[in-house]
Amino acid sequence: MSDTPVTAAVRGLLSCHVCGLLSRGGHGGRTLHCPRCSAPLHVRKPNSVARSWAFLSAAYILYIPANVLPIMKTSSLFGAQSDTIMSGILYLWHSGSWDLALVVFIASITVPLLKLIALTLLLISVQRRSTWQPLQRARLYRVVELVGRWSMLDIYVVAILAALVQIGALATINAGPGALAFGSVVVLTMFAAMEFDPRLIWDHQQTPQEREIRS
Amino acid sequence: MSSPMTIIACHECDLLQREIPLPPGRSARCVRCGAKLYRVENRSIDHTLALTLAAAVVFILANIFPIIGLQIQTTRNDTSLINAVHTLWNQGMWPVAGLVFFTTFLAPAAVLAIMIHILLELKRERIPASFILVMRLLQIFNPWGMVEVFIIGVIVALVKLTHYGTLIPGIALWSLGVLTLLMTATAASFNVHDIWNRVHSAPRRGGSQ
Repeated sequence: MSDTPVTAAVRGLLSCHVCGLLSRGGHGGRTLHCPRCSAPLHVRKPNSVARSWAFLSAAYILYIPANVLPIMKTSSLFGAQSDTIMSGILYLWHSGSWDLALVVFIASITVPLLKLIALTLLLISVQRRSTWQPLQRARLYRVVELVGRWSMLDIYVVAILAALVQIGALATINAGPGALAFGSVVVLTMFAAMEFDPRLIWDHQQTPQEREIRS
Repeated sequence: MSSPMTIIACHECDLLQREIPLPPGRSARCVRCGAKLYRVENRSIDHTLALTLAAAVVFILANIFPIIGLQIQTTRNDTSLINAVHTLWNQGMWPVAGLVFFTTFLAPAAVLAIMIHILLELKRERIPASFILVMRLLQIFNPWGMVEVFIIGVIVALVKLTHYGTLIPGIALWSLGVLTLLMTATAASFNVHDIWNRVHSAPRRGGSQ
């Protein structure tokens, strides 16, 4: 459907991130605003890589307490018990719900870890001006954006359990500090993915001259 | 200016492409990176509005009724969404409580309210009040509404609780299930690209087509 293999940036056009309208960029350092919706316009998200790294580093640091500290503390007549994310999954597995154990394992262990690794890979490749597999990296970014939210699953499980099991001396469930760290990891990786500008993946593919020769 | 010659830039790779007319129900993808560029709707404003209003009603049900009750011997404890947030808050976990409240109540409520506002005004062939502001808010709130994740969380919690006592599913549990379906359907038929063009190019046309 396209016969102009040229980007907006090459043509000096800016596309609005709110309403999608293309408008002509001006000269000078003034911030331009979209003529349709008056949102500030940028060729690329400002400081995208640095901001994304900042959120991602914070997420890496909090990923450790998120997995080591208990996300849930159960106290009952039979004694007290602390559960980390992993021990909660093992509990589900041993109690016969292997299918749910798998869902929680994917949502709470695999997704956050893959998200951290994928964003690191994307950021490093963009910083090194890599031309390697842009389409695959663009797809990777889309997957990260799509599945990131599912990590919230364990937070909701703890919220429901803590609210329901408040039966005085019989049994009480409290949220643990791990839940705080885990929730932060989910939010921080979502911010890191939002700050990342996928257009950077394509920016070092070819110069416009090379493209003109080809086409 | 949504003439057939409109040029658009892919929001994911910045490639310039010509917007082409599509048959209803089809969507256009970027030739280079495959990102979805825009979709042409075969649904009317009325259709989308009906879905959104239904979702709003179910959303209210999901929040006023208990999700699950747990009965151990003679004590019964019911919890609603707000209850769960309240308990977390009282346990000193206010950031987690805030996160749960924001993602399961505030963000979905804001998204539904904004959609209803925009659709009602478009149906009356008017430009929605504070149109630009509400479209930006919609973009900000959209990624944070996580009702579909919450319902799975509730199911996992249910399984973990089976050995504690008798579980009594509440009206809100079924409502949440229906809400997930309705919100998915709403998101699929609420076309942001189309609405910008509609308001921008022909403010007084609007209406269903």
